[in-house]
Amino acid sequence: MEILKPEEIVELFKEKFGDSITESTIETKIEGMKKNSYSSVWLTLKLNHIKEAVRLLSTIQFPHFAIISGNDLGEEIELVYHFSLYYGERFKEILVNIITLVPKKDLKVPTLTDIIPGTQTAEREIKEMFGIKVEGLPDSPNLFLPENFAKDIYPFRKDEKGIYPLSKNGNYVGENIVKRKEEVKNIE
Amino acid sequence: MSKITYSVPIGPVHPSLKEPMTFNFKIHGEQIEDVYLAPGDNHRGIEFMGMQRNPIQIIYLAERICGICSASHPFAFSMAVENAAGIEVPERAQYIRTIIAELERIQSHILWAGVAAHELGFDSVLYLSWKAREVVMDTLEILTGNRVNYGMFMIGGVRRDFSLEQVSAIRKAVDYYREVYGKIEDIFLNDPTIALRTKNVGILTEEDALRLCAVGPTARASGIKKDVRQDQPYSAYADLNVKAITPDVFTGKIVGDVYDRIIVRLLELVQSLEIIEQCLDNLPAGEIVAEKKLVKLLNQLKKAKGRGIGRHEAPRGECIHVVKLEEAEAPEAWKARAPTYNNLMTWVPMLMGQQIADIPIVIASIDPCIACMDRVTILDKSNGKKSILTKQDLHKLSVEKTRRITP
Repeated sequence: MEILKPEEIVELFKEKFGDSITESTIETKIEGMKKNSYSSVWLTLKLNHIKEAVRLLSTIQFPHFAIISGNDLGEEIELVYHFSLYYGERFKEILVNIITLVPKKDLKVPTLTDIIPGTQTAEREIKEMFGIKVEGLPDSPNLFLPENFAKDIYPFRKDEKGIYPLSKNGNYVGENIVKRKEEVKNIE
Repeated sequence: MSKITYSVPIGPVHPSLKEPMTFNFKIHGEQIEDVYLAPGDNHRGIEFMGMQRNPIQIIYLAERICGICSASHPFAFSMAVENAAGIEVPERAQYIRTIIAELERIQSHILWAGVAAHELGFDSVLYLSWKAREVVMDTLEILTGNRVNYGMFMIGGVRRDFSLEQVSAIRKAVDYYREVYGKIEDIFLNDPTIALRTKNVGILTEEDALRLCAVGPTARASGIKKDVRQDQPYSAYADLNVKAITPDVFTGKIVGDVYDRIIVRLLELVQSLEIIEQCLDNLPAGEIVAEKKLVKLLNQLKKAKGRGIGRHEAPRGECIHVVKLEEAEAPEAWKARAPTYNNLMTWVPMLMGQQIADIPIVIASIDPCIACMDRVTILDKSNGKKSILTKQDLHKLSVEKTRRITP
């Protein structure tokens, strides 16, 4: 198997997706007294290409999927898919982090379980925590939240659908559970 | 003969995950036909709590994600914040972190060995191995003041230095484990009954492990040479030659069964001892934390902007924390992923086609905390009759199987 350099991975993605890649960075971390280094690739990709991107990634090597991390930005939700390539040798592993934005108006992402079955747990998590519909993922009872958890409330959201009005750095942002500002102050 | 399928749920309390876990088995006769996983009765929302707090407060939350991995989570979290804020950790602190993490691996693997023995019905082995575990717990107490939740980690370093007496206490513990290791290995790897109960049981193929993104000893026992300490070395691991351990170094072949997972964990005990000794031999002098004044550190973190990833090879596998700082007191986003999160899907291929009596050891073999085996209901589909198997009953079944096949 040919081992690609991080620059070549970015190049490969740019070639395939062109303008869809709005940002790409390569981060190099130097570790230890011997000053060896390893790299991480960060790609910002338009949502409609996310599935093809993962398919392209799996042509390099079957990637290890770590987790999807997310953040509510207001108008859209930012999802970061964390993958890694090339395990097995010292300092050779490359983290590939794919950032994509999901607009609040149309909260849905395609499932990746048909390419990497291991993504299922994380996809169910973003479904429950952010209220993002995962297309192609079979419906099932809640995996993380209790069965009787309030409908249409998503713990990691920072808008009116969030769990608690203090979700953005202690600022009052919504009013779904604690209705009045005074009550919030009492809690604080 | 009419085919009756039973449904067996197991769970839900399970402390090693962020949520308790319920298993739902479809059983035909003694064989498992299908497995459904249903976690989620008690999500504690630690990430949500963290997003209302500053990074230094989060260390203590992260420490309490898991009682056994109480060094792994703060380790990964500190690395993520340091990565995001661009903080350099002094070399001495990196070595101290590594020593604590490896001592934790020793206590975790011995704890697991005891649990595995108990699930097979070897309670004397449970007592003996947990007696051996006390030495490392005492050492951790000498070093940090606590047996669990060590409180050693700080953004940019560690909170306590090692004195010369403490270093000699570590050396004493290492010598002790070198002495007893032969016995532990002999019990687990040469005993014919343990071999009968664990060989070719709960097999996870290399392909399945890759597809389900397994991590840690679970992945390595299936032949995937994956170890963060080797692939992306951090802290003192960058100076040491850590290699991922696969069972073929011991048996010459990879099966991916419970026996292989035992081999990997036991060999990792020796590896941890070597790492600790090398760290002690090369322990550099100097500062133990990048910024001593907490107010100054908090101000620095408040001005920081960026994303950070921290990965640590916990006893159970890769533990990854993702942090996003946005020039605010609390992090904009924090995601913690424990190794069992990835490994729980591997139970499905492992348990398929196994017997009910093998459930305890197979579930224990990926090293979740076994407290999930809390309550079992057997539901007879044809007449809707429900009978409940407690953990004791299930354990009894497992012990009986061991007695039955003991040569």
